[in-house]
Amino acid sequence: MSQPPVFMGAPSSTGRFGDFGGRFVPEALMPACLELEAAFIDAWSDPVFIDEYHSVLHEFAGRSTPVTYLGRFSKLFGVEVYAKREDLAHTGSHKINNVVGQTLLTRRMGKTRVIAETGAGQHGVATATAAARLGLACTVYMGELDTHRQELNVFRMELLGSTVVPVTSGSKTLKDAVNEAMREWVSCVEDTHYCLGSVMGPHPFPWMVREFQSIIGREAEEQLTARGVGVPDVVVACVGGGSNAAGIFAGFANSSARLVGVEAAGGAAVSNGSPGVLHGMKSMLIQSEHGQIEEAHSISAGLDYPGIGPEHAFLAASGRAEYVGIGDEDVLVALQTLSQLEGIIPALESAHAVAWIMQEAGKAIPRGSTVLLNLSGRGDKDVAQVLDILRGRE
Amino acid sequence: MKSLEVTLRALRESGRKALVPYFMAGVTPNWTQHVAAAVHGGADAVEVGIPFSDPMMDGVIIQKAAELSLAAGTTIDSICAELAASDLGAPLIVMTYYNLFHHYGLRRASGRLAQSGVSGAIVPDLTLEESEEWRAACDENDIATIFLVAPSTTPERFARLARATEGFCYASARMAVTGRAQGAGDATRVVDAVRATSDVPTYVGIGISSPEQARDATEHSDGVIVGSALVDTILTGASPADTEVFIASFRRAIDK
Ligand SMILES: Cc1ncc(COP(=O)(O)O)c(C=O)c1O
Repeated sequence: MSQPPVFMGAPSSTGRFGDFGGRFVPEALMPACLELEAAFIDAWSDPVFIDEYHSVLHEFAGRSTPVTYLGRFSKLFGVEVYAKREDLAHTGSHKINNVVGQTLLTRRMGKTRVIAETGAGQHGVATATAAARLGLACTVYMGELDTHRQELNVFRMELLGSTVVPVTSGSKTLKDAVNEAMREWVSCVEDTHYCLGSVMGPHPFPWMVREFQSIIGREAEEQLTARGVGVPDVVVACVGGGSNAAGIFAGFANSSARLVGVEAAGGAAVSNGSPGVLHGMKSMLIQSEHGQIEEAHSISAGLDYPGIGPEHAFLAASGRAEYVGIGDEDVLVALQTLSQLEGIIPALESAHAVAWIMQEAGKAIPRGSTVLLNLSGRGDKDVAQVLDILRGRE
Repeated sequence: MKSLEVTLRALRESGRKALVPYFMAGVTPNWTQHVAAAVHGGADAVEVGIPFSDPMMDGVIIQKAAELSLAAGTTIDSICAELAASDLGAPLIVMTYYNLFHHYGLRRASGRLAQSGVSGAIVPDLTLEESEEWRAACDENDIATIFLVAPSTTPERFARLARATEGFCYASARMAVTGRAQGAGDATRVVDAVRATSDVPTYVGIGISSPEQARDATEHSDGVIVGSALVDTILTGASPADTEVFIASFRRAIDK
């Protein structure tokens, strides 16, 4: 009897998920990647480390986050929607789950400093927060454009004792921040860990970050079971690099649930991209006919990324998950709709997933289906930007 | 043995230290004239950078050069056409990031490069572990695949990389991307580590920006690579004649 395929297990020894993943870095960084892989494997099978990771998430980050039934929203759209409330985690998004894991690992490896890239600033703020808690020095690279779009997050990082470096190369957004963090890592790899913010980059990052985020899916699965909902028909999450999606998918990868990742239409690496190599990984990328990486465009800085994590590229290729694009206009409407119907202002990133439900309820999502929505973050960071946009139209 | 390595071993036998300048293809319309001038000034081989949108191993100078070149519409095909039409008189080694070759098709890219007179390739983000397909494509076309080693390279990796590299071994003197650090740094230790397992020619790069630094580095290696310092002069308006003078000054220092 043949076994059903097991999704979201460990990658191959070379870090492959099917044809995607691997390790494409300068030789100078190879020893650090190998050291990190060994350290992660060791820590992730050590009950003492795992206990500490869980207790920090509980005491410091406020986990577990609740699942909220969205009553008025569900009634209006004719589907039963449950939201996993990562917006209620400390620092306002799921990003804290990953950085708690990685900063504990940094200390365990005997390193004293972290660097990070950030787009919207959420991963930067989360890293600055976790670094402050452990007394690690922290420098965050952020595209110059994003430092303007997310000025308050820059200040939050500075309040937390971190240094923010605006990145002026290339498109001055997230992909350039990753380039710059990688360049910096080469010169400080001895005492510094690169705390990558999503399920991307060279092995072991895509796997490690997914493992640190999988607590989202495991909690949600237990919570839905406990309320008698069971396995939802659909699990939906927004996708920049894909860490919040990977986290929630991990709880349902081998269930009957349909898995849907929502990318920004202007950065839809699965729908509009092709296989390529960037930032240490082989994945789906938006690129020109000559293989130059193109700039993504999105209202949300956190989804402004021309690639996607390699495991998502594999889940798409294998047909286990589907990936769709949503445009900026629908996102703005979704943000306002959820705010008014449910009293939850979602992050612009998370509003992509909300918008997809609104678009597909009664169509790709049959009436009466149960939907688990990963509400990856809260919208506080975005209200000034949304105000500017809406005011500009009056 | 690939043709490039035969040539570079013969150069070493003759007692000459190799001087290898780096140029960003397409950075100015007359870039091949700069290459020709460098060969005239005493360069033994030339690295030709193919611009990529996301140069992870490069500092601001080469980033800027890549941006200018891309804005001018440079592609693998345009570079190959220009190289094929020029007789530059020294071995040509391309340097770029893996995505460009991956996207072009590995066999197609190595074939096209070989037809244009290129005999070596450096792909700094292609790890030894991921390089099998590219090396096979290069084997079909007599293109040498050149690997880098770094101060952080472990003894076990030194041995594997020194065995795998062809033409020469690129010894990074420093833990830095191009154009950010100055001086020979850990060059001696890195070169010794390569020599402990292989007799492949070993050239020092990353951090060589003055004739004195080049001279010091060649005292304990088979050659040097000069990148950002040279590209910087071209970005600030140097003519091919200036490039010849620049290279000649390095040549004199190395030859003592
Ligand atoms: C709230 C929120 N959701 C989602 C993302 C996108 O990241 P990922 O796809 O890794 O979850 C970000 C990134 O900044 C974010 O801040």
